[in-house]
Amino acid sequence: MIPLSWYLILTAALFCIGLYGVLARKNAVAILMGIELMLNSVNINLVAFWRYLTPEIIAGQAFAVMVFAVSAAEVAVGLALVISIYRRRGTVVADDIDMMRF
Amino acid sequence: MTTEAIIWLIPLPPLLAFFLIVLLTNRNKALSHILAVGAALLSWLGSMIVFWRAIRTEHLGENPFVSSIPWLPTGDSWFIIGVQIDPFSAVTLFFVAWTILMIFLYSVGYHNFGQPKGDHDRPGLPPHGADVTDAHGHTHRVPSIEPMYSRFFAFIGLFAFGMYTLVVSDNLLTLFVGWEIMGLCSYLLIGFWYSKPSAREAMVKAFITTRVGDVFMLLGIVYLYSVTGTLNYRDILYSEEVLHTLGSTASGFLGLSVAGLIGLLLFLGTVGKSAQWPLHVWLPDAMEGPTPVSAMIHAATMVSAGVYMVIRIFPLLSAGAEHGSLTTTMTVMAFIGAFTALFAATIAVAQNDIKRVLAYSTISQLGYMVAALGIGAYIAAAFHLITHAFFKALLFLGSGSVIHGMEHGVLHTGQHIDPQNMFNMGGLRKKMPITFWTFLIGGFALSGFPLVTAGFWSKDEILADAFGHGHLAVFLTLALAAVLTAFYTMRQITLTFLGKPRTDSAQHAKETPWTMTVPLVILAVFAIAAGWAGIPEHFPAIGGLIPNWLHEFVGDTLLEYPEAVDFNIIPLLVSFTVALGGLYAGWLVYRSVPAGARDPLEITFPQMHKVLKNKYYFDELYDRLFVKPAYWISEIFTSKWMDLGLIDGILHWIAYISSRIGNYLRDYIDLPVVNGFGDMVGESTKRFGRAIRVIQTGRVQQYLIGALFTIAVFSALFYYLVFNR
Repeated sequence: MIPLSWYLILTAALFCIGLYGVLARKNAVAILMGIELMLNSVNINLVAFWRYLTPEIIAGQAFAVMVFAVSAAEVAVGLALVISIYRRRGTVVADDIDMMRF
Repeated sequence: MTTEAIIWLIPLPPLLAFFLIVLLTNRNKALSHILAVGAALLSWLGSMIVFWRAIRTEHLGENPFVSSIPWLPTGDSWFIIGVQIDPFSAVTLFFVAWTILMIFLYSVGYHNFGQPKGDHDRPGLPPHGADVTDAHGHTHRVPSIEPMYSRFFAFIGLFAFGMYTLVVSDNLLTLFVGWEIMGLCSYLLIGFWYSKPSAREAMVKAFITTRVGDVFMLLGIVYLYSVTGTLNYRDILYSEEVLHTLGSTASGFLGLSVAGLIGLLLFLGTVGKSAQWPLHVWLPDAMEGPTPVSAMIHAATMVSAGVYMVIRIFPLLSAGAEHGSLTTTMTVMAFIGAFTALFAATIAVAQNDIKRVLAYSTISQLGYMVAALGIGAYIAAAFHLITHAFFKALLFLGSGSVIHGMEHGVLHTGQHIDPQNMFNMGGLRKKMPITFWTFLIGGFALSGFPLVTAGFWSKDEILADAFGHGHLAVFLTLALAAVLTAFYTMRQITLTFLGKPRTDSAQHAKETPWTMTVPLVILAVFAIAAGWAGIPEHFPAIGGLIPNWLHEFVGDTLLEYPEAVDFNIIPLLVSFTVALGGLYAGWLVYRSVPAGARDPLEITFPQMHKVLKNKYYFDELYDRLFVKPAYWISEIFTSKWMDLGLIDGILHWIAYISSRIGNYLRDYIDLPVVNGFGDMVGESTKRFGRAIRVIQTGRVQQYLIGALFTIAVFSALFYYLVFNR
């Protein structure tokens, strides 16, 4: 059986890829996609810990489902914001969206 | 209604009229005078009923009409006020009611009711007259109605209330209340034409001068209350025990007994109110008021009130006297009274203003009464008070009628002369017959024309009393004053009515309307008939024809019934001589004074006339002694030195010190420390904010980097702190 650490390495890699995407990409949609990656890595983490450490209680799966629901809602709101901004300002580049500065 | 209830109600109608006129009917002149005269009529009616019932009551002196209510709680007990009518207040009520009613009625005519409004008349000045055009197209100047007609009736209403209160009250406190109400009204009425500076000065002078006496009177009342615990007449004046105690206790002041000192203090109130020397100066100046006021203040009411009060407290004055001798207080009264009688009579001789002569004559006659009381002639004083009220009211109203007639002439001719100066008159007998005859009766009563007039009987009684009890000095002084009285009265009558008119205005004088002449006629009747009530029984020929009713009735007021003096021919002869002699001399000297001539007296005795004309320079003396120093004290001492110098100086100094301290605190505490701290907090917050606001770039990814970095640092720190122990 594959050891737990493999999963953890995978999720750590996935998280870092997502984080890099969030920090480095210009496109706001791509940033959202980075966030999704990070959330999914967390999900994998949750399921893996559940399967390996406490398979008898269902809390790990329940957490994962909850994160899915929240991330879906978050992406819906995020994409709505991006569309709204694009309509008003004609751009989806995150660096250009800096109205909230001093 | 019971008599007591009527007595309670007597003072109220004039008060009610006062309030109604002031509050409601001020604009309506006719309604105002109807209210006032109606109120006077009601009070008169009540007074007459009370008087009628009083004279039909046996032994009224021992059982007077009394009624009282507890009024003021004084600790455990009550101060009780009430009304009381005993024989003396009954006769006073009689003459007060009559004269007040007459004066009210007279005022209607005097203030020209029914005449047109003057074009230039202003409130505060006597009316100037109005132009009217008759049917033939001729323009005449006629007297115009008084602008403040309603106000006058309101004031005299309040005045009448004060007098009635004074007469019916049964204690010294309510008497004093009425007394002061009259003082206020006299002030208001003397200054009725307040736009005249002379009237303003006269009103202030009258108020302040009488106030001097009133303060002493109040002291006397307070002293009496503190000694006896009551101010009720019956508790004090009719209790031999109280009188004896008061009379025999020494007060420790000039050797007077307590009764003597109280009497003296109360008497000083009379000196002010009844214008006795040395407080006589206000009364002649009070002639600035309208004539009905003069009659009211100087005949019927206010000055009589002073004498009324001393007659009222006579038992107190005589308390402690051995039989037949006088107490110190009474001696003082006899002296002041007799002196005033002579002193004022001499001044009256040299006055040219018709009203001023009467004013001094009033002072002189009041002096008679005070002197009479001083020698113990209680009934004679009361008798003279009554007769004097009638004939002096008559004379004042008569002089008002003369002035009114003269003003008519002055307006008609347009001359600029003083309508009150007797040397501008003459020959008015034909023009104003009713005024002439009534004035003649009043004048003869004042001079004591033998047998016919009231003044003769009352004056004769005083002289007889003075002679009979051996007060020769008083007798001689009063007799001398009587000569002068007759002299100046005849001078007045001769100058005013007899001879030929000395000016065109006198030529065109006109008899006054019925509202003025009717009171004159009624008062003239009393000026004769009032004397019949007191003809001595032992008088030759006519004595005893009419019982000496007054003596019995009023004498009943006293605890100890006063004996009538035995008849003596000497005072009677003196009375005859002085009256007739004075009258004849007056006629002789003044019967033919041509127009523009000087007073014959002035030609014969220039020096003396000057002194008399200037009233012995008392006004100037008081001006030097009291008025100027008072001005100095108020203007220089109090205002300039004390107020501006001392008090303001202290205040300015305090202000200076305070502002210095304030400046110091501001410069060294407030600005640097308090403000500095506040500014520093604000400034540094601002600077700090300005310094770090650059991190607020608005770029999400930079924030995220910041967050990542922070988490990394904290994680490392946490890791180091928790796991690296």
